Amino acid sequence: MTVAGVGSVLHGVGVGRRAAIGPVVQVHPAPAVPDDSPGAGGAPESVRADLERAFAAVAERLRGQSERASGTMRDVLAATAQMADDPALRSQVLERVDAGERPVAALDAVVEAFAAMFQAAGGHLAERVTDLHSVRDRVVAAVVGLPEPGVPDLTGPSVVVARDLAPADTAALDLDKVVALVTEMGGPTSHTAIIAGQLGLPCLVRVAGATDLTEGVEVVVDAARGTLTVAPDEGLRAAVARRAADERALAADTAPGATADGRQVALLANIGTAEDAERLGAVEGVGLFRTEVLYLGRAGAPTRAEQAQAYTRALRALGGHKVVVRTLDAGADKPLAFATAADEENPALGVRGYRLVRTHPELLETQLAALTDAAAATGVEPWVMAPMVATAAEARAFAGLAHAAGVRTVGVMVEVPAAALRAREILREVDFVSLGTNDLAQYTMATDRLRGELADLLDPWQPAVLDLVATTARAGAALGKPVGVCGESASDPLMALVLVGLGVSSLSMAPAALPAVRFALRRHALGVCRSMAAAALAADGPAEARAAVVQLLAEETRTLLA
Amino acid sequence: MPERTVAVASRVGLHARPAALFTRAVAAAGIPVTIAAGGKGPVDASSILFVMSLGVPSGQEVTLAAEGERADDVLDGLVALLSRDLDAPDEGSS
Repeated sequence: MTVAGVGSVLHGVGVGRRAAIGPVVQVHPAPAVPDDSPGAGGAPESVRADLERAFAAVAERLRGQSERASGTMRDVLAATAQMADDPALRSQVLERVDAGERPVAALDAVVEAFAAMFQAAGGHLAERVTDLHSVRDRVVAAVVGLPEPGVPDLTGPSVVVARDLAPADTAALDLDKVVALVTEMGGPTSHTAIIAGQLGLPCLVRVAGATDLTEGVEVVVDAARGTLTVAPDEGLRAAVARRAADERALAADTAPGATADGRQVALLANIGTAEDAERLGAVEGVGLFRTEVLYLGRAGAPTRAEQAQAYTRALRALGGHKVVVRTLDAGADKPLAFATAADEENPALGVRGYRLVRTHPELLETQLAALTDAAAATGVEPWVMAPMVATAAEARAFAGLAHAAGVRTVGVMVEVPAAALRAREILREVDFVSLGTNDLAQYTMATDRLRGELADLLDPWQPAVLDLVATTARAGAALGKPVGVCGESASDPLMALVLVGLGVSSLSMAPAALPAVRFALRRHALGVCRSMAAAALAADGPAEARAAVVQLLAEETRTLLA
Repeated sequence: MPERTVAVASRVGLHARPAALFTRAVAAAGIPVTIAAGGKGPVDASSILFVMSLGVPSGQEVTLAAEGERADDVLDGLVALLSRDLDAPDEGSS
């Protein structure tokens, strides 16, 4: 293992503009332990004792996690703790060890036998195999003396480092204690990056060597520069503190979004949970409420009552401001145990988003009913939109379902090129559209969002992507209907100016990105934004487009925005 | 050896939360109890892994057997437990 020394710098792709300092906490992958691992070798009696201790310790820790969790996560963790405590698992493993088998091999054999029985029983039970394997990984780690796999309990402010973070991992993180996220894999629009942007956390992805960092070493994570500095000196510490102070100053301005000449542009926040809504400061509203967080990491869909409660909390927290709710966007990089087909070879092009209505219509019906319950309970009527709509016929069908459930303002996301090209026909069916620029770039450029090495193709400044945004905005202007942007590109102040110039009427982004975008808009007139949009569309490539817009920036904003 | 046969009332069958509640009750009883269902078993009823791998759906009958002095009382208690919907949200989990 190579360990980065004092002052050494690792490079990655930054998400956001912030910087933070804190000690490294590693998220440990499942241990790859050979069957003949010496970790728990020795006399059968001592192996026996090691195993007994490992089972007990793992069960105890899972019970602790369960007690601190809530809802379904609590039940799942409690059942997993009981698996680790299971008398049959324990006695069968010990029997094999007594017969001379190595402990890891014995554990694997018994766990696989139970896994096979679960698989054979099928249905819900097959999904529990994951829990069984997580028990196996934890017990193996405890037996051979490795750190427990998975997300550790954070005891203070931490820079969380992982090879990659699955949505379920991030769901298990105590986010109040995370000051930065660093991963070796992933790309700038991966799940980790979006969560980080959501929380205003500096994030670096594709940082080679990050998982070799020593546990507990202090590092500075600078998302704007894409660097991670090990054991920073006083000068760097002071610079990080200064930047944090500047950020706070920008964030103090909460006036409604508008261009220098007074054209209103709604500046909205993206949220994922009712807790996010409660954490928001003064905002004009929410332009994207991603509801899939409610569904992730559980065995079955949340009930209508459970959802209505979460939506009611969110609507109430936003005190009558505009809220755009996106219906369940599962599939692709956000698979659900109970809805995503396991055999999809090409999930990004498969049954995801609104398309789930073809295989699981009850999911959408329940969700729409829960949303109208929440509207009735709060007197706030959310706008409701469906993700991954490709045709006007789908838009019409969704509008029909939503109206039937009692939703008054219905829209769809434009993230498939087909939808952008036919935006006019789609807008005839619904009240508004919202551009999801991450997926629109992925599908326009035929580039997987999770492939970091293709990040240049995925650039929202690609002229082809800008053309589709322009087409959609023109359709909105022609029909007099709102066209918003809720992808990550809205959070880039330069791109925000271009989007407004193209005719976009609202921008929704991670709350942390709002101050810089508000500042950029305030200092440029609509005419300048239009010139910027024209310059970007006329450019040959993403770098040229960006450079052309920088040329048109107001002089006094250049140091901050360019 | 005393035996009882009872249909599982929980909506999801004897799995997840109902299985967790049932096996905890068996363990608390302190005497060996077995469970058989659908031609599978009998297996140790205090093992959540064995109980779940029976894959008992809602409404299916299971056969419980126990040995020991309090076997009849313990079995009656477990039958009463399985006759309730253990997956209902108001069933306390512990």
